Amino acid sequence: MLDVLQAVFVAPFKDMAGSPAFLVEVLIGGLFAGLMYSLVALGFVLIFKASGVFNFAQGVMVLFAALTLVGLLERRVPVVLALAVTTVVMVALAFAIERLVLRPLVNQEHIILFMATIGLNFFLEGFGEMLWGANVKKLDIGIPDRSFIVRGVQINELELTAAVTAAVLVTLLALFFQKTRIGRALRAVADDHEAALSIGIPLKTIWVVVWSIAGVVAIVAGLMWGAKSGVQFSLSLIALKALPVLILGGFESVPGAIVGGLIIGIGEKLGEVYWGPLVGGAIENWFAYVLALAFLLVRPQGLFGEKIIERV
Amino acid sequence: MPQTKDTPLGRAGGVRAGSNGPVPSTRRRAWRRRMEPSRPGAARACGVVRATPPAPRPPGPVGHRQVIYREAGQFKETYASDQAIFPIVQDRVVVLAAAVAAFVVPPLVASEYWLQAVLIPFLIYALAAIGLNLLTGYAGQLSLGTGGFMAVGAYAAFKLATAFPQLNVIVVFLLSGVVAAAVGLLFGIPSLRIKGFYLAVATLASQFFLLWLFNKVAWFTNYASSGTITAPDRTLFGALITGPNSTPSARYLTALGLVAVFALVAKNLVRGRVGRSWMAIRDRDIAAEIIGVRPLRTKLLAFAISSFYCGVAGAELVFLYLGSAETLAFDISISFLVLFMVIIGGLGSIVGSFLGAAFIVLVPIVLSNAPHAVGLRLPVALQKQIELMVFGGLIIFFLIVEPRGLARLWQITKEKLRLWPFPH
Repeated sequence: MLDVLQAVFVAPFKDMAGSPAFLVEVLIGGLFAGLMYSLVALGFVLIFKASGVFNFAQGVMVLFAALTLVGLLERRVPVVLALAVTTVVMVALAFAIERLVLRPLVNQEHIILFMATIGLNFFLEGFGEMLWGANVKKLDIGIPDRSFIVRGVQINELELTAAVTAAVLVTLLALFFQKTRIGRALRAVADDHEAALSIGIPLKTIWVVVWSIAGVVAIVAGLMWGAKSGVQFSLSLIALKALPVLILGGFESVPGAIVGGLIIGIGEKLGEVYWGPLVGGAIENWFAYVLALAFLLVRPQGLFGEKIIERV
Repeated sequence: MPQTKDTPLGRAGGVRAGSNGPVPSTRRRAWRRRMEPSRPGAARACGVVRATPPAPRPPGPVGHRQVIYREAGQFKETYASDQAIFPIVQDRVVVLAAAVAAFVVPPLVASEYWLQAVLIPFLIYALAAIGLNLLTGYAGQLSLGTGGFMAVGAYAAFKLATAFPQLNVIVVFLLSGVVAAAVGLLFGIPSLRIKGFYLAVATLASQFFLLWLFNKVAWFTNYASSGTITAPDRTLFGALITGPNSTPSARYLTALGLVAVFALVAKNLVRGRVGRSWMAIRDRDIAAEIIGVRPLRTKLLAFAISSFYCGVAGAELVFLYLGSAETLAFDISISFLVLFMVIIGGLGSIVGSFLGAAFIVLVPIVLSNAPHAVGLRLPVALQKQIELMVFGGLIIFFLIVEPRGLARLWQITKEKLRLWPFPH
């Protein structure tokens, strides 16, 4: 019994203190992984904020964007043009989703919309693979996947690029939400659909805009994840990775998605490296969820979520 | 009655709102609520029977207000006849006839393919869907952990059946349901604090954790090197009903018997005290708490009973359908599939669970055979992709056509038929 306690509560911390450089490396790895999760979670948050739709298809949107991009690059389309075309495709997708899925389901229960996005998930998965094929593709965006060493700590160049991209993206989004006219309209819609409608904010346009932005975020996420692990079907499963980030940070919060991603990323790596061997490893599938669950028990709306106010 | 919603007593439920001062959006929502003509949720919680569904309502927090309402239209003279399981005469006749037909016809007529590939999975998934419907449709707790609870049932049944070979297989099923219920109880505890989509994502923790556990701990598979569990041969009333040598008919009848009994139990649960307290929690949990429904007991009971059903269904899945399985058979896609059945079938409807299960089991079979039937020869990969697209599209289509599910369509059909040929 004492051995177990020792193994769980003492030994891992001893290991950490023993080799600080390794600990820092683990932490940095966790931070980068977390940022990658955040990129996906960001798409969820944007859509949930503006339309209250829990968009399960975000993971497949990432896959779809990456597939389109790779498909174009394989046909020797210049990178810039390929990015532009992919953006156009994602915006067109946003229009189609608004017209064919969201508008007919307006005013329905949240769970119905959630289910509709799972249907969308199936559809896009089939559609993307039909257009571009199902085999694994390599996405080369010119950033070498190599590491350099700063003060004895290994840093991966690709992950660093992803981190910088994520930071830029979040800053841009924050500016867009706070400073622009459309951004304010988006926040108004997020606050209250009906009130926003009654002061003349066009709900349909807003939804198209927000799904388009989520599509662009999906392109960025697809770019990063695709460069890291290749473009293949399993890319759509990162949605499942982003979910604990989402509940940890709170569904409505952009900063929550980032901070949640970092916490999950670091927690996951620490758990995997220091506690994983105790239980036979392969814990990354559920560890993030349990971690998020532990946070939720203290704050049921996530770290940055809107305070849940309930009354009879 | 609507005016009483924001009395000091009413606000007492939302302590946080009072202490922090009302947020503008919250005030608007409260105003909107006051302006509504009636509160169907509250009415149902008090046991008032409504004849007509209410008008569409603005979206609120994740809740399940669009549910199936009681049918009206036949005059009754006694309480007993009003409280019958099927208050409508035609319903009684049709359900009874269907049940008898289900026991007699398929074993005589259906081919092995139909029994094995369509009817047996249909019955098993229907049982799981009833289980999830009790939790999500009646008690309002969205769960994505169904696959995990089914796995608990399956592995418990395997362990029990191999550890106690003399044990009757029905007892094994029931006990594995009890084990699943205990696990469900454990994973239901967060629901007391976490609600809505947060809870849904949190239940995924159980899904991933349980499957990982069954993969990692070799004890669960009796240290089989392949990591699979295999259904041993077991008999019931002298007939072999599990294992590779049993006939599909025997397995079909076992599954049918179990699902018939459990559907009846569920139907009675939801129209009794337990079901009413579930619905009260679903419709507005704070109000329910104030009128004396205990959230702790009610929610945990819903998780336990739902997991019991899912556990039995999981045990059946291995023993009566697959024969042998690994954890892959219970992965997250199963959870989504069962949730689809519940939503497409109709939240808060037992018959809807059957309809939804039939739909989800049949559609892939129809889709994979359709190109063949019209003489098209497609590459396998392309056909699979088209299947996915059509499946996804169909789900969206059905949600748009009738968000309240097939059960609602069935109800409308019945109402029309009762008035036929002289509608109002």
